[in-house]
Amino acid sequence: MISSLDNFSNYLYKNKHILLLIFLLPPLLWLGIIYLGSLVVFLFHSLFYLDGFTGKVVYQISFSTIAELFSSPANIDILIRTVVLALAVSIGAAVIGFPIAFYMAKFTSPKIKIFFYLAIMLPLWSSYLVRVYSWKLILAKEGIINWVLAKLHLTWLLDAILSLPVVGGPSLSISYLGMFLVFTYIWLPFMILPIQASLERVPNSLLNASYDLGATRRQTFYKVVLPLALPGIAAGSIFTFSLTLGDYIIPYIIGTSKFFIGQAVYTHQGTAGNIPLAAAFSLVPIGVMAIYIYFAKKLGAFNAL
Amino acid sequence: MIKALNLRNINKRYNETVALSDINLDIEDGEFFSLLGPSGSGKTTCLKVIGGFEEPDTGDVTLFNEDVTYTPPFKRNVNTVFQDYALFPHMNVEENVSYSLKIKKIPKNEQKSKVDEILSIVKLNGYEKRKPSELSGGQRQRVALARSLINRPKILLLDEPLGALDLKLREQMQFELKNLQRQFQITFIYVTHDQQEALSMSDRIAIFNEGKIEQIDTPNNIYLKPKTAFVADFIGTTSIIPKDFAKKSLKYNYGFSIRPENININSNIAEYDFSINASINDIQFQGSYYKILCQTENINLTALHYLDMKNPLNIKIGDNIQLSWNKMDITNLDD
Amino acid sequence: MLFKKNNLNKASFGLKLGAILGILFLHVPLFLIILYAFTTEDKSYQFPPPGYTLKWFSIVLSRQDIWNAVSLSLQVAIISTMAAIVLGTLAAAALYKASFFGRDSITLLIILPIALPGIITGISLRSAFGVVGIPFSTWTIIIGHATFCMVVVYNNVVARLRRSSPNLIQASMDLGANNFQTFFYVILPNLGTAILAGGMLAFALSFDEVIVTTFTAGQQTTLPIWMLSELIRPRQRPITNVVAVFIICITFIPILYASYITRNTTDTEGSSK
Repeated sequence: MISSLDNFSNYLYKNKHILLLIFLLPPLLWLGIIYLGSLVVFLFHSLFYLDGFTGKVVYQISFSTIAELFSSPANIDILIRTVVLALAVSIGAAVIGFPIAFYMAKFTSPKIKIFFYLAIMLPLWSSYLVRVYSWKLILAKEGIINWVLAKLHLTWLLDAILSLPVVGGPSLSISYLGMFLVFTYIWLPFMILPIQASLERVPNSLLNASYDLGATRRQTFYKVVLPLALPGIAAGSIFTFSLTLGDYIIPYIIGTSKFFIGQAVYTHQGTAGNIPLAAAFSLVPIGVMAIYIYFAKKLGAFNAL
Repeated sequence: MIKALNLRNINKRYNETVALSDINLDIEDGEFFSLLGPSGSGKTTCLKVIGGFEEPDTGDVTLFNEDVTYTPPFKRNVNTVFQDYALFPHMNVEENVSYSLKIKKIPKNEQKSKVDEILSIVKLNGYEKRKPSELSGGQRQRVALARSLINRPKILLLDEPLGALDLKLREQMQFELKNLQRQFQITFIYVTHDQQEALSMSDRIAIFNEGKIEQIDTPNNIYLKPKTAFVADFIGTTSIIPKDFAKKSLKYNYGFSIRPENININSNIAEYDFSINASINDIQFQGSYYKILCQTENINLTALHYLDMKNPLNIKIGDNIQLSWNKMDITNLDD
Repeated sequence: MLFKKNNLNKASFGLKLGAILGILFLHVPLFLIILYAFTTEDKSYQFPPPGYTLKWFSIVLSRQDIWNAVSLSLQVAIISTMAAIVLGTLAAAALYKASFFGRDSITLLIILPIALPGIITGISLRSAFGVVGIPFSTWTIIIGHATFCMVVVYNNVVARLRRSSPNLIQASMDLGANNFQTFFYVILPNLGTAILAGGMLAFALSFDEVIVTTFTAGQQTTLPIWMLSELIRPRQRPITNVVAVFIICITFIPILYASYITRNTTDTEGSSK
């Protein structure tokens, strides 16, 4: 027994590709058949179409569903709205996340750094749903934001903001502003960690060299720190962008009645039974992400991961 | 007599790069043998072929008359000390050192006594329960040595084992390694890019360059009788006189190399076979001597001047001086 | 001293303030949830709570439907984590060093389930189950979860493998161990904490996943699905608050534990979710 195992081990040592295959086969079969199989079948539906009279899917290759997606003004609205929101959320997360990442990477003792690390990891991994729920409490009319503003006699300010076109709405929990806040909050940790990682790799001597050569703090920040953090920001924005693009729960819970891509997919596959249009809608975030990742790659985003 | 190791016509390529080109090597039992060369010269690949971590494309590896070319490392009676030591981070010193005994299912009490013995040889008693992360560089080095030596392999391969240590520690470990080798009377095959290390420790040295062996010889001969311009240049400081210059200015028919300590400055020309005028480019103080960098036409020559109270150095940069040397001190170079 | 002591290597006040406010932004909402779990108000989200009580906790404890949801979620999380550990570790072992044709595509395939929006994964699986004729069950949920949990384990293990000395395996073989002995004595113990940490994060991820689950659960109710229905149509706010606190606790424990066992390394890559 021992010696046959030994021989087998010898055999594997000399035929490393067989060992590789043994390792790779189970995950590959799982992902290839279960995941990729269903994904391809689903996305392929975008080439079928829904018969308007019978309400049944017609299994014939046709580009009519994809044409419908891009010709209906309502659908175009949904696409633009979602992409703009995803961009806004990415920028918002970068602005809020940068100071945390910068401070954490360059100005903390190891102990404080661990504290920061945990403070970012915990929200990152903890429940998405609970975190969305917390904003329902916060944004509610009788919630903390309105209470604080009332105490500061600033209620008029919130009313003014909410009366703005587009971002405003009847209340914070039914407005794009509220939705933007929630999205930014939920995906913020995904932005902080890559920025922190890219800044961590910048040696302090580089900052000192910049000061030494006569640059002020501000100049050093714009000429040295920010360009070097750019790959990290690009990497972080891949997450914030794609996660916003495909989400349907936040717009459903916090937001107006206007649809986003995720909701469109959800509704078309569910109540409407229009799987082809749902599949066509799903192609959009995939396509947008592919383009986005292509440009982010040029900025060196993948080295920052 | 049985050789510890024979390499016959070993060739190895990685895609387009030639790592080893027609390597032939015989190493005696009990020899301290160094593979010396710049990085990327193929010396580490050669060691991996001997250890069984790489298979050669062609050629044979023979250990004590046994062909092991295609034998995996766990079947060879050869052990390796890795450059980064490769200590198992999850095991303490004792577990690391006894690893091969555990694999062989040697009884626990026997393991214990062997571990005690080898740890006392490398002076690490009392460190049994420490993790590698709790040891200094020098201590890790000793653990790696103990782990490889506990089996009493017939050949120990060492891949730049002192590379990560600082100068003082390195010199001390050189001495201890040499002692260990004498004590165990096993063959050491030692890879290094440090010529001082190779010259001071080895019985013989193979000089590697671009996948080929340039010369195999004793340290003495490597230094004094380099066979090629590469060896002459790589080992120590040397001045290379190319063939056309030698013919034209020195009436000598070969290119040759000459060591700085054999070049005399402003001495009686009549006593020497060769003599040449040169100007001084730089004078560098080196502690016990000055290094004098000279130039004639486009040839650079280096000479030495030892500190001597009775005979102070009275030359300066830009001076023209007379350099002279004897024929017996030069080494003719193959073209 | 030649130079006046400067503070260039200290953070400016603005930066410090920005960092602290950012951290508060991340954590105040979670504190609020805990606060609300004790409120006496049950019809609105009034702040500050008019009074405090523990009664909602005892009510939740007696709710059989919530217990059923918790038990289903735990069952799903445990089994999918185990599947993810096996598959993710195998994939990491195969891919971390080897270079062969198609390697990058396989890496992409592993990352895809979390890179693509969950809704696409969910609907794809749902329609595939429909086509093949598999009825919804605990196992359909598990299949979905294991698919996206795999990458979490994979990332942790690959990070550990990359940082380990490439010579460890050679050293083990050099000392006489064959492939299997090397695997059990050197590779596995070395990867132990990375696998465990990856598994912990996979557990947390699975326990509170809702999007893919929505499509693969059928009529079953996991805890997040119960929570989602309350978010859409709040009927029992105080109960929801307590359940939210419960979810926070049950996910914080594995996350903290994962950070603890990998505290000397930087395995737990957050950007892997």
